[in-house]
Amino acid sequence: MAGAAIEFEGVSKWFGNHQVLTDIDLAIVPGEVVVVCGPSGSGKSTLIRCVNGLEPFQRGDLVVLGDSLASAGVRMPALRTRVGMVFQSFNLFPHMTVLENITLAPVRVRGLSATEAEKTARTLLERVRIPDKAGNYPANLSGGQQQRVAIARALAMQPKIMLFDEPTSALDPEMINEVLDVMTDLAKEGMTMMVVTHEMGFARRVAHRVVFMDAGRVVEEAKPEAFFAAPKSDRAKDFLSKILSH
Amino acid sequence: MSYQFKWSVLWSGQSGGWLLQGVATTLAISGLAWILAVGLGILAGAARTVPWRPLRLAGTFYVEFFRNVPLLVWMFFWYFGVPPLLPRGVQDWLFNHSAEFWAGMFALGVYHGARMSEVIRSGINSIPRTQFEASVAMGLTTFQAYRLIIVPIALRLIVPPATNESLNLLKNSSVALTISVAELTFQTRQVETYTAKAIEALTAGTLIYLVLCVSIAWIMARVERRFAIPGLIARGG
Ligand SMILES: Nc1ncnc2c1ncn2[C@@H]1O[C@H](COP(=O)(O)OP(=O)(O)OP(=O)(O)O)[C@@H](O)[C@H]1O
Ligand SMILES: [Mg+2]
Repeated sequence: MAGAAIEFEGVSKWFGNHQVLTDIDLAIVPGEVVVVCGPSGSGKSTLIRCVNGLEPFQRGDLVVLGDSLASAGVRMPALRTRVGMVFQSFNLFPHMTVLENITLAPVRVRGLSATEAEKTARTLLERVRIPDKAGNYPANLSGGQQQRVAIARALAMQPKIMLFDEPTSALDPEMINEVLDVMTDLAKEGMTMMVVTHEMGFARRVAHRVVFMDAGRVVEEAKPEAFFAAPKSDRAKDFLSKILSH
Repeated sequence: MSYQFKWSVLWSGQSGGWLLQGVATTLAISGLAWILAVGLGILAGAARTVPWRPLRLAGTFYVEFFRNVPLLVWMFFWYFGVPPLLPRGVQDWLFNHSAEFWAGMFALGVYHGARMSEVIRSGINSIPRTQFEASVAMGLTTFQAYRLIIVPIALRLIVPPATNESLNLLKNSSVALTISVAELTFQTRQVETYTAKAIEALTAGTLIYLVLCVSIAWIMARVERRFAIPGLIARGG
């Protein structure tokens, strides 16, 4: 598809002889927010980790912002500056303050001056609504605050795409919304987002499309209203009944 | 029992001077070897954890090779084995400039580097893999991720076992007396030979090693607290 930000073309991946992705075809246009859901072990994490090259794949091609990841010679560090990622376990660097976490890559990779980077970082901390935590160490923040710093840290590189792998799964329930709110803002600003999540409320409100995976395949993709009102496959029905019942 | 203690032999005559020189040499050879060992330990320890096989193999080869040959053999190797391979002029220069000191320093540093790298590797392995992934996901190269994130965190985690290994290095510096480095044990024996007062000389040597080791342990404990990662509780008082 011309103009896609991310395009999977028949991507297959194996861990040893265990196939975890099978013939994935999926195109995501700039500004689109796609929620990926499916049962545990269905390959959701593997799918989005392919987009920034954390997982290599063996067959097919994946074109990200015009770069084909299957072709030899694609420079991963350069690509990754344009694709931000937020992990389930936050992964802030524990020996650095919040400010140092956010300014590290802009200074070391983009070559910004410390002053410029700090200015951007402070703006981002306002955006994720924790302007007063710049000097704190990660250990002194709540989970929700840490995850918002992780989002700010990824945004500091001014990425064109943001990947989220279960960003709220490790959070206490009362902190989930503060993170989802930041993600909602981001979506409204037009960020291209791929979000693995079981937060179906978020999917309903924010996603443009829901992708349902099972056993390494994309089983269903639809607009959220359609997906939640009438999932086509039995596996999706089964999955939704389990996830919405609690 | 007819042994007559005579502690004054330790400060009369040349004994005191010899012991002081011994301490200075022990500190010099151990200090330089320690720097070498930590440097090699970081390089080899990190190499063994990177996602690139040739580098991992090189690291493994270094560690297994140097760790599994006795230190004494390395001392002989660097002192008797290596100089003949060097050009004549370099050999002459070396033997006029304490060749035994440099040979001993290299043997000690390279041997303990192999052991230190195991400590550093276990530190790196205790860091969740996702820290590395988060680093490269921001666009850092593998080298930058190690230099800025992985190694700095690992070093903070391994201070206690690294202290242990540092004390072993200090104590093992006494092996250098076999290639005539005039370090503390060498000088202790010299005092013993000249004064025929073995117990006094050896007691002095023992106490000096004890003081050195306790001081190092104390300094390292302070370093550990100074650089502790917030949220991880540093051990020790
Ligand atoms: N490093 C690995 N080595 C071997 N197998 C792996 C590895 N990572 C994942 N797998 C396997 O690949 C399959 C897909 O895993 P993946 O983590 O992508 O699933 P997921 O949909 O994200 O699951 P979850 O909801 O539990 O996070 C699973 O069968 C898993 O066991
Ligand atoms: Mg997952």
